Amino acid sequence: MAIVQEFEYFKPERIEDIIKLLSEYKGKARLLAGGTDLVVRIKDELESPAAVIDIKGIEELKKLEFREGKLHIGALVTFTDLIDSDIVKEQFPLLWESSKTVASVGVRNRATLAGNICSGVPSLDSGPALLIYEADIIVRGAEGERVIPALNWFLGPRRTALKEEEFVREIVFSLPAKKHGGSYIKLGRYKGEDLAQVGLGILALEGNEYRLAFCAVGPVPSRAKKIEAFLNGKPLTDSLIEEAKKLVSEEISPITDVRATKEYRVHVAKIMLERGIKAAVERINGNGPAYGERLI
Amino acid sequence: MKKISFILNGEKRSTYVEPNNLLVDVLREKLGMHSIKYACGRGDCGACTVLLNGKGVRSCIILAIEADGQEILTVEGLSKDKLTSLQESFIDHGSFQCGFCAPGMIMSATELLEKNPNPTEEEVKEGLSGNLCRCTGYTPIIKAVLDVEKRDVDKK
Repeated sequence: MAIVQEFEYFKPERIEDIIKLLSEYKGKARLLAGGTDLVVRIKDELESPAAVIDIKGIEELKKLEFREGKLHIGALVTFTDLIDSDIVKEQFPLLWESSKTVASVGVRNRATLAGNICSGVPSLDSGPALLIYEADIIVRGAEGERVIPALNWFLGPRRTALKEEEFVREIVFSLPAKKHGGSYIKLGRYKGEDLAQVGLGILALEGNEYRLAFCAVGPVPSRAKKIEAFLNGKPLTDSLIEEAKKLVSEEISPITDVRATKEYRVHVAKIMLERGIKAAVERINGNGPAYGERLI
Repeated sequence: MKKISFILNGEKRSTYVEPNNLLVDVLREKLGMHSIKYACGRGDCGACTVLLNGKGVRSCIILAIEADGQEILTVEGLSKDKLTSLQESFIDHGSFQCGFCAPGMIMSATELLEKNPNPTEEEVKEGLSGNLCRCTGYTPIIKAVLDVEKRDVDKK
């Protein structure tokens, strides 16, 4: 099916031009990076932009840099860029592991992390990594830049803290100070291109500190604060995990839809917690399953 | 209408497009690249896969205007005088039932082998996981990709 709607197309070369266009079109312009989501939504007439601003001409947005313990991910960095980056694989393996679960190679070659978080769907695979690393999202608007902590980013399904005339310039991940290991588990219906039925990211830090975040089991991806509070400070044992599993149904509020029933989601989320936390703790010292190995 | 120019299968090409034209339509209908198949139209099935600057992409969810100044490779551009080892391997393994998914599969496998000339079965499955075969004839396709390395060694 062709696109029926008409729109203007711009490909600016400077960030200032994006800001100008955004203010000229007052909420009727959409930014195009990979387009894996936007073009489909325009086709479906869920979006009717008057202007599409293709940002791929802006070199500085392509940057993927690690400096002083911080990973700067420009708005044009694709999931393939993240997967191919040795720095991401070595320093932020949990982000690497979750990037590998996004759709398929052909989509990851275009889809960007920034686009993923701007779409803000409940099942976004990058959500848990963003929340447990407590990333910062740098947005630009007419009045300059502001920093939005990932924890304040997701407001509802497809609703984010980004204002109409702003755009995401980069996402910054800080390396935790303590030694750590992580895991991201995605439950899908099959091993191909599918959205998560449940997604769970876990970061275990030395000294029995744990961070957990779910996606696809609530209106937004969110940290599992009760489970974190229960686990923190305690060395991991089988009985501790059993107790933590009981809290899962209090943390998540899945729905029944075409992908799974809510009961199934809650049930498997508990198993995912068990396998994910064991893997994360083992990985602190480089043991356990290799990153990227499927745990479910 | 805007004029766009790009390299298609090694040759310079230009055409006029509207901003809302999709790459798949322009390549198929204006430029005659009928190997590219249009199916889901949402980037899910991989039948319209082409290589854009060497990377497999879904031409059904890319605006044609985005291809301005880029390099595109389709199945038509893979073989000038003779088939590639991968294409030969597809034939020898009978990796076609209806054949609809084959061009997309071949382009995704071409990208995979370029990056990783000796993939494991798992890596082949991952590389092709975004290409759906509605006949569910995956086994001969995977075998064909795995066999390419051996075939190239045998030839030497």
